[in-house]
Amino acid sequence: MSGDLALGLFLYAISLLTMAGIYGVIAIGLNIQWGFTGLFNAGIAGFFAIGAYVSAILTTTLTPSHLGGLNLPFPVGLLAAAAVTGVVGYLVGRLCIRLRSDYLAIATIGVAEIFRLILKNEIWATNGPRGISNIPRPFEMWSQPWSQLAFLAVVAIVVLIAYWLAERAGNSPWGRVMRSIRDNETAAAAIGKNVIGFRLQGFVIGSALMGLGGALAAHFFKFIGPEATEPLMTTFLVWVMLIIGGSGNNRGALIGALAVWTLWSATELLTSQLPPEWAVRATFLRIFLIGLGLQIVLQRFSNGLLPERPPKSTGDEHLIPAQQKAPPAE
Amino acid sequence: MVEFINFYLIPGLVLGCMYALGAIGVSLLFGILRFAHFAHGDIITLGAYFALLLVTALGLPILLALPVAMILVAITSVGIDRAFYKPFRKSPTIYLVIASFGVALMVRSLVQLAWGVKVESYSTGGFTPPLILFDTLRIAEKHMWIVGLTIVLVVALHYFLSRSKLGKAMRAMADEPDLAQVSGIPTEKVVRYTWIIGGGLAATAGVFLGMDTQLHTNMGWDLLLPVFAAAILGGIGSPYGAVAGGLVIGMAEELSSYPWIGDAPLLSPGYKTGVAFALMVALLIWRPSGLFRGRVFT
Repeated sequence: MSGDLALGLFLYAISLLTMAGIYGVIAIGLNIQWGFTGLFNAGIAGFFAIGAYVSAILTTTLTPSHLGGLNLPFPVGLLAAAAVTGVVGYLVGRLCIRLRSDYLAIATIGVAEIFRLILKNEIWATNGPRGISNIPRPFEMWSQPWSQLAFLAVVAIVVLIAYWLAERAGNSPWGRVMRSIRDNETAAAAIGKNVIGFRLQGFVIGSALMGLGGALAAHFFKFIGPEATEPLMTTFLVWVMLIIGGSGNNRGALIGALAVWTLWSATELLTSQLPPEWAVRATFLRIFLIGLGLQIVLQRFSNGLLPERPPKSTGDEHLIPAQQKAPPAE
Repeated sequence: MVEFINFYLIPGLVLGCMYALGAIGVSLLFGILRFAHFAHGDIITLGAYFALLLVTALGLPILLALPVAMILVAITSVGIDRAFYKPFRKSPTIYLVIASFGVALMVRSLVQLAWGVKVESYSTGGFTPPLILFDTLRIAEKHMWIVGLTIVLVVALHYFLSRSKLGKAMRAMADEPDLAQVSGIPTEKVVRYTWIIGGGLAATAGVFLGMDTQLHTNMGWDLLLPVFAAAILGGIGSPYGAVAGGLVIGMAEELSSYPWIGDAPLLSPGYKTGVAFALMVALLIWRPSGLFRGRVFT
């Protein structure tokens, strides 16, 4: 009996970490868009959904209820999800990237809601409101808990790759240009940087990571439906993660994802013990508290748990001509 | 033709009135505080549910519950501004936008906590047959109230903005905030009244939506994007433009499923709300100043 309980807790911890990792990938994507480039994407749910549906359609077996049946292997699904979401991000970005922050937010929400309507209404391709089920999860033939552990390892590898790429990019000259555009667009344009082009690159890379996260989530749940693309569970939660973790800092994005998801899921575990009519209501209390927590962080610790650090010095200060250096004190 | 008016034009007009009432608030708030208020939809929901409380607990008829709900929501809006937006008056707008996202979620979860997620209604059963005008025009009594009261409120707002000292101060602040401040306009007082007007009108939109259809906790969030679309269409910061924008968006949604070509609806009714979103995105990209060449905030 206690062995069952221990196994249950172990499986719970694995699923918690898996979800935190999936959210971590999306949070890094948002960090590239918002933390590095200053693009307010409020349509995360839309890119998440595209990634999830693309991978689902490519990897499921043939069925009359929706498009697909290609039965392709899981890695192909993931890569295709990232690629298609990146292309969609490029198209959306081409149209919207010039908008200033809250106009961009409104436009991206609009785009995400249009995606959601399409997923709901184009039943021939997506099975409409009933969604796509029987999405294969790699290693699902293995016994418990190895199958769950193996999937966690896959997620962890994706997180590490995303983190490594984002760190490398953030510390490179490219990352410095991104930050300079975020902090002073006019100055960046004045020194000859192609502001629109760089912003578009940030938007596309971030969108691709969001699609990748969506694909991982679809394989983890083995199901994707239009309800999973609710703005609350993706867009809002990811924003809270990034703000609490510290925007502009990739490690902050990951810590934020882990902290917020642990809080979210641990409180769910507690409230599920309540009698049914209370359990439903307690969900709303949790959402309220998350909202309140966000307000407190915004007002008191607006830099998050791990604030952004200025990029390391490049070591080429010696190239600056001597007369431009500060004059020595007399 | 009669069918067109009864089943497409009048519903479009009614929907447009609700969008207009929400959009006036969004537009005024954008003009004065310079941020897109993402919690406006959930303020609309709150208005609808406050009225529901008055109808169920006190047995008030809905048209009497409406002014009380307006006052309650106005007070709540001022309180929300104090607690969550005032600390960011001098910060970059992005903080206000994120804070308003948080407020949206908090308001909605409180409504869900208090009333649950089941669909509610103001009426206690009973069906009032629509009035038949000139033998052919069918218009429901509630629709006459909605359109009539919207006209009254918009006219009242017009007199407030153009005749009263406070209304003029409000327009001055929307046009040139620094100049308004140095010329001695009490900016915090103007902000307070902006919330009172925006909140009151949002409550009205919620009550009308509840009267027209039913109440559910996502009703305001679903209204938010069309409301933004209306505000942008009319030119952000312009309350009169918002009214026009609301009517255009409402009509466009309803008329998009009219069989303009052949017998099939032009657009499947499932995409009705998508029309507003698409119009909004298109406007933002190609005509951010709105149809009437208003100002673009940068």
